[in-house]
Parts: sequence; structure tokens; C-alpha cells
Amino acid sequence: MEITQERQPLLEVRGVSKAFPGVQALENVDFEAYPGEVVALLGENGAGKSTLMKILSGVYHMDSGQIRLRGQPTVPRDPHHAQQLGIAIIYQEFNLTPNQSVATNIFLGREPYVPGFFGTARIVDYQRMRREAAALLAQVGARFSPDALVRDLSVAQQQMVEIAKALAVKAEIIIMDEPTSALGPEEVTVLFDIVHRLKSQGLAVIFITHRLEEVFRVADRIVVLRDGRRVGAMPISQASTEAIISLMVGRALEGHTQVDAGRLGGDIVLEVRGLTRRGVIHDVSFSLRRGEILGIAGLVGAGRTETVRAIFGADPLDAGEIYVEGRRVHITSPEAAMQAGLALVPENRQRQGLVLIQSVERNIALPSLERLSRRRFVDRKRMRQLGHTYVDRLRIRTPSLEQRVLFLSGGNQQKVVLAKWLATGPKVLILDEPTRGIDVGAKAEVHSIMRDLAERGIGIIMISSEMPEILAMSDRILVMCEGRVAGILDRAEATQERIMAYASGATLAQADGNGR
Amino acid sequence: MSSEHHDESATHTYRRQNYLAGAQPLISQVARVARAQEVGVFMILAVMVLALSVFTDTFLKSDTIFNVLRAFSWIAISSFGQILVIITGGIDLSVGSVMALSGLTAAIAMNWWGAPVALGILVGLVTGAAIGLINGLLISKANLPPFIATLGLMSIARGVCSGIVGGWPVRDLPKSFIFAGQYDVPVGDWGVPLPVIFMIVLAVLMSLFLTRSVWGYRIYALGGNEQAAALSGINTGRVKILVYTLCGLLTAIGGLLMTARLGVASSDAAKGYELNVIAAAVIGGTSLSGGEGTVLGALIGAAIQQVLRTGLILSGVSAYWQEAAIGLVIILAIMMDQFRKRRR
Repeated sequence: MEITQERQPLLEVRGVSKAFPGVQALENVDFEAYPGEVVALLGENGAGKSTLMKILSGVYHMDSGQIRLRGQPTVPRDPHHAQQLGIAIIYQEFNLTPNQSVATNIFLGREPYVPGFFGTARIVDYQRMRREAAALLAQVGARFSPDALVRDLSVAQQQMVEIAKALAVKAEIIIMDEPTSALGPEEVTVLFDIVHRLKSQGLAVIFITHRLEEVFRVADRIVVLRDGRRVGAMPISQASTEAIISLMVGRALEGHTQVDAGRLGGDIVLEVRGLTRRGVIHDVSFSLRRGEILGIAGLVGAGRTETVRAIFGADPLDAGEIYVEGRRVHITSPEAAMQAGLALVPENRQRQGLVLIQSVERNIALPSLERLSRRRFVDRKRMRQLGHTYVDRLRIRTPSLEQRVLFLSGGNQQKVVLAKWLATGPKVLILDEPTRGIDVGAKAEVHSIMRDLAERGIGIIMISSEMPEILAMSDRILVMCEGRVAGILDRAEATQERIMAYASGATLAQADGNGR
Repeated sequence: MSSEHHDESATHTYRRQNYLAGAQPLISQVARVARAQEVGVFMILAVMVLALSVFTDTFLKSDTIFNVLRAFSWIAISSFGQILVIITGGIDLSVGSVMALSGLTAAIAMNWWGAPVALGILVGLVTGAAIGLINGLLISKANLPPFIATLGLMSIARGVCSGIVGGWPVRDLPKSFIFAGQYDVPVGDWGVPLPVIFMIVLAVLMSLFLTRSVWGYRIYALGGNEQAAALSGINTGRVKILVYTLCGLLTAIGGLLMTARLGVASSDAAKGYELNVIAAAVIGGTSLSGGEGTVLGALIGAAIQQVLRTGLILSGVSAYWQEAAIGLVIILAIMMDQFRKRRR
């Protein structure tokens, strides 16, 4: 045996390469994870993070390279084998059966049998499953019963079930693929507590995220990939946001530009009064000027998405009035909202924004079909032109207009959703979490598109759970709490503390520390 | 405005890939044709026809060919409606009963009430469309799952059939009505059956409707992702009502042609045909999960079933075995389709 360093890595990846037709997804990549460590794997979409993780979890097979687990060379053959080796992966989309109990889910496929005579009859020992599930749930600090049905749990709780599942197979390496993307701020804190707990139990956690501020909260070390190569690695103590971003994108991004004040003199383009949907939102009123970006902040469940869905006619309203350019409009369906000049980029681009199995061109054309057709038949030349125009204008990276959007990266998918709405020529563009789950480069592009649109006089409403995004992008910030407008802040007076205070139902005085 | 490097790399990628796409139009077009849904099933059909022409001396005669074509024409016409429904992610189980009921109402109008043939046909068509409309309303307004709504209508329509006539068939239909099912249009040396001409014309029309019209685009979008379609300003309820109504109407056309061919309207005609119609769609590559399917595929799917039947008869296999063979073909066709998709 060679003389090793003071710490032996739990996982050691050396010189891994993997090519797909037309793309070198990974080229000679090294990676390592130590016991009791959280390592953040960073990189833009398409940098090779998922490919590397899929090789570790046995979904893909590497073309060349070496993997050592506890010093032993090994190759995960398939996800089941990877699990036996002690590598568990928790995907963004959970693999749970919603109508079954937590205990059943944790032991899915590995149910213990009743011992003795009944063992031969393979009768599931539910009592033992419950007991062991309860112990695993305690280990992650979960406070719900193993008998709870998965469908009754929140997203964060379901994630705990996934983690408990990984612990149940005695995983030593847990890979988390963007685990925070669907969580609210408090839930993220709970997740990080779990991660710290796992770490102190000697597990290695590989953490993939697009939110850099989280990296500083949770990671011990970072590894950065770009275009399939490892471009940097360092302990978190030596990392800075700027350094990480420039490693990820290979260049420095410009700082956020300040809004020029002249833009804000526009007329009121949208006004809503007293929007109410019983039990969901209550008496929501605000107005939006032409060329203004209105940020909507608040905790998950504060009624932000529900408000914009109601404005867009996707959900019915019990009361309230909507005015577009001073004229009262009756919006009872998305169709009517479109005709009134509204557009909504929904929260979940894959589920609500796109027809994934269809081409880029068709997705862009979908809301504009009427305009693109003559006598109810679609003019395919004009559809193609429209596609070209927006692929160029928004720099959508796609091999062709006929590519199914399924195969585009998250950032480019989001741009297709933007394109389809810009093509309708809206007066008001509503964006619900427009940069969730997309990489920093694409995020900067989406932001610059938004500013550009605002300069052209479109009124923009942006919901975001990311405080830095809200603060950097908005001219005014509307904060919601429990279905109501808790307050509206001007750009000049907005601070993270004030927004949080409104969002959590406190008063401004409390936030500024001179109240009580 | 934003960073310069960015602009450059983005346009660069796009241009280069554009260029690549332009450099291999022939290859990519050949590849696209080879990947097209219909090619696989068309090959199956071609092999079957080829085998039958080699192993029997009767199959390739124009009489036999046109008999085959006529025999599947009403299934095919109904399947053009069925694919609309399946592409939206639904299913219509009522088509067999609708075929029988529309033929029966037309026959009753002509024979019992002495309506002129044209009016009789109209009554049949309206019957089919009305049942389709009810299906559509139950699914879009009452939010019933398509399987349940159309299963109910399948039973109701069949019950109405036997209820009105007490199980007795309506015979002695007007000559000019029977004409539609039995007349052969002379084309050169051949006599092409009228139902076959109907089938071809409807195939072309429905294909244009589905691939080129605004409604067609919406139908595919709805089946591909209902939530996204709804949020794109598409009135999904209206699209559903449309596809079920059209399915009823097309099925009624099939039912009238069938009744005209048989010369008698019976309350248990077309029993079990819903499965042949759905099989035609599915063999032809229509995805039961929605969003995918073509008229040409359904046409080939219907053809395969009938060629198989005729082939078995010509090869002297007992007619009792036919259903088993068709089941086998459905499974093989779907397996092939899955294989094709996985390789893509």
C-alpha cells in the first residue's frame, strides 16, 4: 500500500470521460468526497454535473476513468448496484408513491418479512417497518408519523422521506440534486440541519445547487465543472462568490445595473383592486406602471402564485376588479387575459409552460396560432419566421427549430417560455419564479431580457423567492403574507430585513429594531 | 448591454449548429422519414401483402383488394375520429354502439317515417354527432374520466338500439341508400367501392385538419400537456367537446356506410368494433398517453387488421382464430414502436 494522506477519501474519481453523440459531456474529470464532508458540485447547466452524478449512481457508464470506493476500484453497474455500494441519489423529482405510507415508501422493494413460518409466505412485517422507519425519521429530525401518507406531506417532508430512504440502504454517500429548488427559506434551513447531521454521522454529501449563497452556508469544499472539465476546487474558506461565478462561466459577469430613474414615469398599465379568492388570497390591490418591474416577495404559501394565476384567469376570483390601461376587463380564462394584453410565465416551466414533446417552434407559436393562421389554417412559413426571430433575439441555444424542447437545458427551456409570451406582444408580463433552477449565465440573460422589455414599456411583475433577485431587479416590491398584501416598498427603502419582516407578518418598526 | 463574450458565444453556437443542420438536409430528411411513426407499421403491412401475393394466387386480384379496402373502410373512418380523441389523451369506447345507432336511426327515419334518403343520412349523422357531443360535455363540463363517460354511452347507445326496435332488425332499406355501400365507381378498368373513396377523401381532409389547422395544433398541444395548453389561452374544454363530437360524426359516417353495405340495420351491428377502431389507432402509432398520432397511421392500422383477416381466410385458417391473430399483431406493433422510440 502506498502512503496515503492523512484522510482517505471515501470516493475517488480519476480521469473520467464520457461522450454522447456530438458532445463530450465529461473529459478527464477528477472528483473526490471525504467522509464527514459536504462537497458542492457547481457548474452551469450542461457543464457535466448530472452526467458525473449519473455515472456514480450507475445510470450511465463511463467511457474511461477510474472510480474507487474506500480505496477499492469499482464501477457502479446500475442504480441498484450503486445503492448496494452505498451511493444514494436524491433527484429533484422524488421517487415516492403518493398514496402509500411513509414507512412503506422507505422500505419499497426491501420490505422485511414476518419471521418464522410466515416468512416462507412472505408476509410483510409492517410493525418492524414502522419501527425502523420511525428510527430513520428521527435520524433526519422529521416529526411526522411513519404512517402518514406521502401525498399529505409537504415537499420538504417528502424530501425527508427520500433522505430516510437513502439512510435505510445504509448509504455512505448521498448525492442531492438541487434539493432546495422547491423549498421555502425556512425549509431550506431545516434541510441544512439534516445535512449537518448526516455529516456528523460520517457520511459524505454531494450537493448540487444553483444558489450560490447556499453553498456558503452548507458546503465544506467546492468543485467546479465547466464544459465537461474540472476547472477548480477549493475549500469554502478560500472561495468567494465572484471567484466561483467566474470559474463557472469562464468570464466575469457584469454587476447588476441600476435602473435609470427616467423609466419610471409611465402610465398605469395594470391595476387590480380587492382581489379575493376565498381561503387563498384576500383583498389584494396594487398597480403597475408601464416600464416598471414590480417584484412580489413572500414566503412559500403566501399567495403570490395564486394572485397572479387569478389575475391571468387560471383560477376563479370571488371578488375584485382588474383594469388594463384604465379600462375594466373581465378575465374569466387565460384566453381572455391574453386578449386583454397579459402574459404569464408560470412557476413550473416543464409542467405548466411547455409541451415538452413538441418542437421549439411549435411551443413558441402556441399562444399566437390565431395570428399566424389564415382561414383557420396555420401558415407554417410565418410560424417558422416567428421561431427564428425569437430564437435569435433571446439567443435560445438549440440545434434547430424542430428540436423537442425536452432536450434543451433548463435555461433555454425558460427562454422558450419567454419567447412564446413575448410573441403575443403583451402589455403586462407576469413572471413566476423566472430563474428557478437555471444556471447563473442563463439567469443573467433572463434578467437582461426583463430589463430590456421594461425599457420598451412593458409592465413586468416578477415573483421570486430569491431575495437578491428581488432586490436587484425590482423598482417596487410588494410583499405578501398569508394571502394579503403586507406592504409595498420602494426600491430606495427596500432591505432584506424589511422584506422579511413584512413576509413574516411583523411590522416595519420591529424590522428596524426600534419597535416592540 | 449584458456581457460581450456572452453575445458572441451564443450566436456562435447557434450559427454553427444552423450550418450543420443545413449541411445535411438529405441525410436528416431520410432519417426523419425513417423515424416517422408510420414507417414501421407500413413495413408490416407491406410484408403481409407481399407474403399473401406470393402464397395465394387470389389476393392480388383487384376484386380481393377492393373487398379488403371496403371491409375496413368504416373502421378506418371511425378511427380518424378516434385518433383525435386519443391524441388529446382521452379514449372513446362508444364508437361501436354509435355505428349501430346511427345506422339504425337513419334506417328508421327512412323506413318507418318515409323520410327521403338524404334526410335519413342526416338523421344518422346528427345521431352520431349528438352522442359525441354528450361524451364531450360529460368529460369537459362534468369532469368525468373519458373511459367512464364513453363506457356509459357505449352501453346507453346500445341499449337505445335494442330498445327502439325490440331486437328486430330494420330491413328493406331504400335502394339509393344501399347504393352508397355497394356501388363501385368505375376508375379505368377497376370498380372502386364508394366507401373506399369516402375513406380516402376523409383521410386527406382529416389529415389536413389535424396537421395544418389551428384546431389540429391545439389538439396536439392539449394532449402533450393540458396544463400548458390551458395556460397558453387554449380553451381546453372546447377542444375536448370538438374532438368527441367529430369522433361521433366520423363514426356515424362509418356506421352509415356499414349499414348501406349490409343492407340491414340491426341493433347488435358493430358489436366490439370499438376495439378494432382503437386497435387501428394504436397499431398506427397513436400514443395512448396523448400528444402523438397520425391519420395515415390509423389508416395503416385498420388495413393491417383486415389484411390479416383476409389472409387467414385465404390461407384456410379457421375464422375463429382471427381475433387471436389480431391481438398478437397489436402487441407486436406496440413492442416495435417502443423499440423505435428507445433508439431515438
